[in-house]
Amino acid sequence: MTTITGENISFMEWLQDKLFLGMPFKEYFKKLITPFNIIATFILCVGIPITFIRFTQGLAATTNLTDNNPWGMWIGVDVLCGVALAAGGFTLGSAVYLFGMKEYHPIVRPAVLTGFLGYFFVIIGLCFDLGRPWRLPYPMFVSYGTTSVMFLVGWHVALYLSCQFVEFCPALFEWLGWRKFRKFAVSLTIGATIFGVILSTLHQSALGGLFLLAAKKLHPLWYTPFLPVFFLVSAIIGGMTMVIFESSLSHRIFSHQISQDHKKFDKLIIGLGKAAAMTLMTYFCMKIIGVAHGDHWHLLSTPMGYWFLLEVLGFVLAPCFLFVWAVREERAGWVRFAAIWTVLGLILNRVNVSIIAFNWNIADRYIPKWTEFAVTITIITVGVLTFRWIVNRMPILWEHPDYEPEI
Amino acid sequence: MSITRRQFLGMTGVAGAAGLVGSSVAQAQEHFTGWPDRYGVLTDLTLCIGCRKCEEACAGVNDLPPPDPPPEDKSVFETLRRTNSKTNTIVNRFPNPDADKLPVYVKKQCMHCNEPACASACLVSAFTKTPEGAVVYNASVCIGCRYCLMACPFYIPAYEYDEPLKPRVMKCTLCHDRVKEEGKLPGCVEVCPVQALTFGKRSDLIRLARERIVRNPDKYVDHIYGEHEVGGTSWMYITGVPFEKVGFNMDLGITPYPELTRGFLSAVPLVLTIWPVFFTGVYLFSRRRNEIANEEGNSSHEREAKS
Repeated sequence: MTTITGENISFMEWLQDKLFLGMPFKEYFKKLITPFNIIATFILCVGIPITFIRFTQGLAATTNLTDNNPWGMWIGVDVLCGVALAAGGFTLGSAVYLFGMKEYHPIVRPAVLTGFLGYFFVIIGLCFDLGRPWRLPYPMFVSYGTTSVMFLVGWHVALYLSCQFVEFCPALFEWLGWRKFRKFAVSLTIGATIFGVILSTLHQSALGGLFLLAAKKLHPLWYTPFLPVFFLVSAIIGGMTMVIFESSLSHRIFSHQISQDHKKFDKLIIGLGKAAAMTLMTYFCMKIIGVAHGDHWHLLSTPMGYWFLLEVLGFVLAPCFLFVWAVREERAGWVRFAAIWTVLGLILNRVNVSIIAFNWNIADRYIPKWTEFAVTITIITVGVLTFRWIVNRMPILWEHPDYEPEI
Repeated sequence: MSITRRQFLGMTGVAGAAGLVGSSVAQAQEHFTGWPDRYGVLTDLTLCIGCRKCEEACAGVNDLPPPDPPPEDKSVFETLRRTNSKTNTIVNRFPNPDADKLPVYVKKQCMHCNEPACASACLVSAFTKTPEGAVVYNASVCIGCRYCLMACPFYIPAYEYDEPLKPRVMKCTLCHDRVKEEGKLPGCVEVCPVQALTFGKRSDLIRLARERIVRNPDKYVDHIYGEHEVGGTSWMYITGVPFEKVGFNMDLGITPYPELTRGFLSAVPLVLTIWPVFFTGVYLFSRRRNEIANEEGNSSHEREAKS
């Protein structure tokens, strides 16, 4: 066992160094008592018993799902929003490693970590929703439904999680001090990134493709043959804006870890804002083409139409304009605000497609049970705690002095 | 890093294999006009008296709890019901649009589509359209994603939400085993006291339905529901009152549901084969640009990267 500086130490010392941030146990546990941790503990105290009820009494005890509304919040929010907002890993990864935009290198690692944990917790959320989650590997090893869009989603999410793990490995091995493994993992980065782009293109769009079968159940303003492309493009937006949001938050919370100066960082945020503005405008035009393609203009003046306009004007076009203005004026703060706005817009879109505009024409509507909210909040909390645990230990926000940069 | 021959062959192999997987996906979507001798059921809504004996018989042959409330209890007709995890078939009552006439009773169950949405949705192939016509479900591979419930245009499959360990999707099986192994009629058809249900080869049933319509043009609406809807179904209906007045969705079109995802699935092999080459190209481009910049000692690029 060696420390970062290479001295030989005992196993207990190694544990202390790696897990307890080099503090004596008592001091470490004392440091854990913070307002955030108290809230998190409270959330877990509610979430864990609900998890127990879910797996001992079934979905009926913990959800408001019905035969008409088989997918609720756990699919609409945990899975659909989770996957879209975790797209930052592949977006930033390809920008830096494939397109050679090296200036964004400092935020690749947090983006990849967000992506990896995002997908990981999407699968945790999915396990809550699936009737028999222990059969999750079935589409890979037991029975193949090759005509199913869901088959594609299953395979790709599993493979992509592995890709993200490979991309995350250099940081993990730097932390553990395993040089040879680290070198090997770095050599896989380009391959994993390219494979990741392919998988992301397909499963992000396939999540929209799932709803192609809901032809008469989804409101015509949301149902279009372009659903897969809409989901892909909006996921790119979601990924980028989530990177802006998450990295800004990290910079504030973990500021002691960051050597880079704030002006440089703001410049990156503004650059991402510019990309977000362009992609949002593309997405807005596509949404308009979607309405034109189905010739659904007349539906815009119905109650569902107003709701559609709120989504498209209020949460796509409006933040797009704010991005344009903030980028031109170089106001990083407003870019961050626009990013949060866009993230909310993306969540609104996924909830609309999977819940609000779904079954809009029948009487049996779905409203989540409080336990569904509780599980979603619990999963997010555990995700944030894991993120923090890793960032506090591994070289995510800072560059490890002993290793050469990957590119 | 330069690409060695081995790496190149490896990459081509991956792209090729990916293409094969993709094309088998597309092939499974080929147009299919249906097994020639498949069976089906014709429901004649002008004959049904709403006795709900079919519900009782269905529960009996499928080991489901008896109908609740029992068939004699007519209060059940006050609300419109759908199939659920404890009943594979239900009868609903609709007021007759012609006020002088008796109400119309409509039996609901799986339509046994020629090209089922549920089967095309299932990621573990738990649904099979049998050559005999029934769409059957195999609980032993089901992972419980409930995409079949999402996809079904008729709102038929139901789920055992209250079952924590072995939840199943529940739906009518057209008494597939009873018909195939024992040579019997489906439970509901056998029990129907007024022959509102006719079991037979689908092609014969269409002829029978058409005959009834032609012989009694005043009695029947000139449409066989299920002949063409969503590409045709094994269970079909004829009626004396307009279908849309008694709970039938006339808006489903005649395109089989698997067609709806066909275009998307066909694009998958293209992405799998073109993207690797395209993005490798982009990567090599940007690397070459860097190399040239470095070789020429052109520091402008570095300045840009640092700023």
